[in-house]
Amino acid sequence: MRIATLSVLAVSVLLAACGEPEKPAVTHVDFQKELQAKLIKAKAGDVIDIPAGTYQLDRSLSLKASGVTIKGAGMDKTVLSFKGQKSGAEGLLVDASDFTIEDLAFEDTKGDSLKVVGGKNIIIRRVRTEWTGGPATENGAYGIYPVQTENVLVDGVVAIGASDAGIYVGQSRNVVVRNSRAEKNVAGIEIENTIGADVYDNVATGNTGGILVFNMPNLQQAGRATRVYKNKVQGNNHDNFGHKGTPVASVPAGSGVVINSNDQVEIFDNDIGEHKTANLIVSSYFSTGYTNLSTAEGFDPYPESIYIYGNRFGPGGDSPDNLELKALRISQFGLSGRLPDILWDGYVNVDKVKDGKLPPDLAICVDNGAAQLLNVDAPNGYKNISSDMSSHACSLPKLPAIELASAKAGQGA
Amino acid sequence: MKAWLVLAGALLLAACSKQSAPLYLPEGENYPQTLSEWGMLKLGDGHLQPVAEATPYDLNTPLFTDYAHKMRTVWMPKGEAAAYGEEHFDFPVGTVLSKTFYYPKDEQGRLRRNNQDDRDPSTGLTLARVHLVETRILLKQKNGWVALPYVWDEKQQEAHLELAGDSQSLSLLDDAGQTLAVGYEVPDANQCAGCHEESHGQGINPLGPKARHLNKDVVYADGTANQLQHWQQKGLLRGLPAELAGVPQNALWGHPRAGETLENQARSYLDANCAHCHNPKGPARTSGLMLNLATATGIHSGICKQPVAAGKGSGNRLVDIHPGQPDESVLIYRIDSTDPSVMMPELGRSVVHREGVEMLTRWIASLEGGC
Repeated sequence: MRIATLSVLAVSVLLAACGEPEKPAVTHVDFQKELQAKLIKAKAGDVIDIPAGTYQLDRSLSLKASGVTIKGAGMDKTVLSFKGQKSGAEGLLVDASDFTIEDLAFEDTKGDSLKVVGGKNIIIRRVRTEWTGGPATENGAYGIYPVQTENVLVDGVVAIGASDAGIYVGQSRNVVVRNSRAEKNVAGIEIENTIGADVYDNVATGNTGGILVFNMPNLQQAGRATRVYKNKVQGNNHDNFGHKGTPVASVPAGSGVVINSNDQVEIFDNDIGEHKTANLIVSSYFSTGYTNLSTAEGFDPYPESIYIYGNRFGPGGDSPDNLELKALRISQFGLSGRLPDILWDGYVNVDKVKDGKLPPDLAICVDNGAAQLLNVDAPNGYKNISSDMSSHACSLPKLPAIELASAKAGQGA
Repeated sequence: MKAWLVLAGALLLAACSKQSAPLYLPEGENYPQTLSEWGMLKLGDGHLQPVAEATPYDLNTPLFTDYAHKMRTVWMPKGEAAAYGEEHFDFPVGTVLSKTFYYPKDEQGRLRRNNQDDRDPSTGLTLARVHLVETRILLKQKNGWVALPYVWDEKQQEAHLELAGDSQSLSLLDDAGQTLAVGYEVPDANQCAGCHEESHGQGINPLGPKARHLNKDVVYADGTANQLQHWQQKGLLRGLPAELAGVPQNALWGHPRAGETLENQARSYLDANCAHCHNPKGPARTSGLMLNLATATGIHSGICKQPVAAGKGSGNRLVDIHPGQPDESVLIYRIDSTDPSVMMPELGRSVVHREGVEMLTRWIASLEGGC
């Protein structure tokens, strides 16, 4: 194994330069070139160490070699700041397998912070992505962003201020997201078009929506089989500062966990509370404002086989961020009333309905004590709103845990 | 004895000023640090031109790169030829492609933004009237293609390998007297691959020298010829269909041929500027937006398609292409931006290609239907 540490000289120059914070950021050109050259020349087995320090960069970094580890001195000690970035759509773009990145931070990237596309065996550990000015529409879209990856561990990361999702796993397989914190993003954690994900022991707070499990149309892979458990999803009431047209734009402020168009989703043993719209929303692509004209053939817009059990719901539903829901709350529950913990938009695939209901294996099952599910009947213009739980009093076979070697090895770390 | 030394010295000088022979590097990573060592371009007598062994080439609709002009060359080991394929050519090991990016320069030394062709078929570029920025080398080795960026020095005498890329601030003056500030970015070697790895996992490949891009007439020193037939006659290409009618051809940028519709022009432009990423196996496959020619017009080519991970790149517009409504189309928003987190392509430009935006705007306005 070769260990490549950036030259002491370059670093000492940098540290000296960083001692004058009041001056406008000056790009550390030598550091940038040296680091990018290391990434270009990297070979399997290399560990690229970046010592403690705050480094100003103005163009994106990229890695294409597999088997490389990038390592900092800690997510608050090694900081790659992209304030004033001139080029590149991300901070670091990785198109490689067997990749590990740990103990460093990306700040203020123009676009996405850390994008990993198309690799296998990815470990993202104790990495912070943050837009330091707080939530703002001009912030980059994604913090931690593995897409079309396989065997992915996101462990102990912190994501703050993304104008889309703080932690976003898209079109991937076999994923664990745990021990992480997502704060003040539009979406805290979003699992999209992914097959097999375990999301546990995370904290999502101060976002517009806490944890999202979505399926989008027109992609190469439909997602299914995600378990969201043992998370603390609290007070995600931030105004939606996302951009129209993006999948998160339709998420109402004050949403705890949102399942959209995804199948085989299990939500259990979470603490979910203080969401002014709803603690949990189950919805279809049709509730996002798009029609069949925007979906290629074969897309399944209906959330099916959803199992909600054993969660601890806190207060919520008292001030929904949606005109229809606002009216509905008052008409159904009174001026001081609140919506139930679980909202369902009511879209079902009529081709699959038999005797007035979905087959048991496709149902939305709720076994969560006193928590109620409200069917708002969006397909019929909110006419037949129902809190009749009888068609949801069911259970589904539990999903198997994700088997991921890196997650086992990292337990307790 | 003294006389011998003088003679030897004279011989050495002669050897040094002699043009290097084209470099055959079928394997190994011992890449030259300077461009001249490749022996693809000849610098002298106030000109930069392809060496006799290399062949200049040109494309129908090229990639836009901050209004830079480009001089391209191809060289193959003697006796070797590329095998024709409708989608890709199979180039022999050792092939070297070079692409020199430069701007025309007026008598006052100001860089100009124009569309003139500064390449003389006999003498190449006149150094007094151009500013050379970079030359990119694509080399085919036994293990695949390698991309190497060389940056020209201030004296315009040599270009040096810069694996980590470079940045330059330039100012372009157009014929109307307007100046345009360009933050020119020479890509690093990974960024080269970011565009040139058209198919995930298959390594990098040349983008320009494909049948549909090369199928055009070009003025050579000895007259005008169809470029593909010229390659064939020179022994650089085998398997070219006898009838050119069977060879695909993209629209000719800026001067569409008779019968090249707005649709042809738009699809040719998207092919050259977007499809190296936006194809089912390319880096932008994750977006679900496929702008390659093989993708039929429909949701997958952007019609009424919701963006997936565009972030602020959506520009608050709901779909990639809204027929009849360019101002409601994400595609136009992104090609009309220079914000790194919004703009498309993501790399390779710092200014907007006005003529490209104008043409694609007309094309989307001409599309019928709704979303």
